[in-house]
Amino acid sequence: MEILMIIIAGILFMSATYLMLSRSVVRIILGTTVLSHGVHLLLLTMGGLKRGAPPLIGEEASAYSDPLPQALILTAIVISFGVTALFLVLGYRSYKELGTDNMEKLRGNDGND
Amino acid sequence: MINFLILPILVPLITAVILIFLNKSVIAQRWVSGLSAFVTVILSALLVNKVKNDGIQTLNLSNWDAPFGITLVSDMLSALLVLTTSIVAFACIIYSFKGIGEAREKYHFYAALQFLIVGVNGAFTTGDIFNLFVFFEVMLMSSYALILLGGTKIQLRESIKYILVNVISSGLFVIAVGYLYSVVGTLNMAHIAARISEISGISQPGVISIIGIIFLIVFGLKGAIFPLYFWLPGSYYAPPAPVMAIFGALLTKVGVYSIIRTYSLFFYEDGGYVQQVIMILAILTIIAGIIGALAYSDVKKIIIYNIIVAVGVILFGVSTMNESALTGSIFYLIHDMIIKAALFLLVGLMATITGTNNLKQMGGLIKNYPGFSWTFFLAALALSGIPPLSGFVGKVLIVQGGFSSEYFIGAAIVLASSLFVLISIMKIFINGVWGEPKTYANEKTVPYKQLLIAPVILVILSICYGVGADFIYPYMSQAAESLINTNLYIDAVLKE
Repeated sequence: MEILMIIIAGILFMSATYLMLSRSVVRIILGTTVLSHGVHLLLLTMGGLKRGAPPLIGEEASAYSDPLPQALILTAIVISFGVTALFLVLGYRSYKELGTDNMEKLRGNDGND
Repeated sequence: MINFLILPILVPLITAVILIFLNKSVIAQRWVSGLSAFVTVILSALLVNKVKNDGIQTLNLSNWDAPFGITLVSDMLSALLVLTTSIVAFACIIYSFKGIGEAREKYHFYAALQFLIVGVNGAFTTGDIFNLFVFFEVMLMSSYALILLGGTKIQLRESIKYILVNVISSGLFVIAVGYLYSVVGTLNMAHIAARISEISGISQPGVISIIGIIFLIVFGLKGAIFPLYFWLPGSYYAPPAPVMAIFGALLTKVGVYSIIRTYSLFFYEDGGYVQQVIMILAILTIIAGIIGALAYSDVKKIIIYNIIVAVGVILFGVSTMNESALTGSIFYLIHDMIIKAALFLLVGLMATITGTNNLKQMGGLIKNYPGFSWTFFLAALALSGIPPLSGFVGKVLIVQGGFSSEYFIGAAIVLASSLFVLISIMKIFINGVWGEPKTYANEKTVPYKQLLIAPVILVILSICYGVGADFIYPYMSQAAESLINTNLYIDAVLKE
């Protein structure tokens, strides 16, 4: 199971890299969200995917799945959500102000400020 | 009091929350943030004193024992860095009173600044690797706010790149934490260090080296080392002077601190592979920084590339891993935080007076602004390490350590870098301060005397730091002690 998940995470990283190397700002932001999905999936996988009950004391099982990676992922999800929201607003605002979403035209040459 | 080491994090946090409600009244914001920054300086000075007298301070949050809860650890290195952070933040806040403009102040400038201090102080104090990530994000989120605030075109353009680079490096940070967790099964830094020294030599030492390299990439992206510094010149160029000062003084240094901490705790047992990589990258970083600093005739760009040189010098000292060079690195790290903040504020003042960043359009500032000029001269000498001033002691110890470990080429490059740094900074002095005075359009409206207060405070501090090196040396050697003898750190946390 871990092998499959690692391959999927790898495919997500690949797509994220491809998207982030493109010119449009929106595609770059999509790339960052795909990257964060891959990261969270990898974090879950690295914690181990052995079978066990959900980490609730009321389940009274003999074995539980590891609760720590789940807490870490929850934290990381919220953080990347905040950053993505800011990034989207920034993309919108810079499109309004600068009149382009093409990264090639957002270079910092002289006279381009 | 056992909770003492959390106060430098808690005071700015509470202040930031209060400041959010005060956004209409600029005067109240100035008073509250200035006072709170001053209180933070006092508290962190007391913390340094406490660590000096009682050894490493640890605090288990919510009374959970060490590997299971989050532990805050304040050894001498982190206490000193917290103190320096507070001082730099205080100076930048004083400068902002006149230097940032009411439009920005009304939109939560001071609140974002205080949150940035929370993140930096937290990152220096935490003893948990995932908590370090969270404090990094606190710091980065407030830095996004600060770099964007004002919304001019250059800020919008550069912050897209800045945010993108930091999102990628944060993703890599979480990946690295995931890998490390799957190998050692714990997140507490002291516990990770203990586990790694148990498993090294038994199973797969290569895995630890690979994780070490990933951490180096992550912190190298934050701290701007050689192939990963490409984002820094553009991004730091965009925001106004006080923001630039706080970025240049604090943000990269958090990355450098994290490299020092993780490297000295986790990755020293793999036969020196990570050490070699850090050393080579440090030397290349110095060279790249020098090339940039000499190439530009733009005052801000010159100082920005000097950040990169300093990061290289500090990391070279760390990578030699002997006591003298480590002490020197810590000396140099703190000197560099203070002097970079001072230089950015001075250069910002220069740009405000002249209305341009280009050296070729300046000249003769010494006639009308002698106070500014001599402060800048002292700061420039301190930066390049002229003996009685603060950059000297650190560099001497680094070079001495490099020679005694027989890394001759690296030590020679560190020495040569001083010369080139001096050339680059004197170029500003000669072209901007000497020569025929020119008249500038908005010269009269600049509140020059008030803006000069903060950099003068910092430069006086840095002179005291250099002259009083004998007095400060015991603190530095205590800081280096806990980096070399990691059992001190591990035992203090795990209470074995």
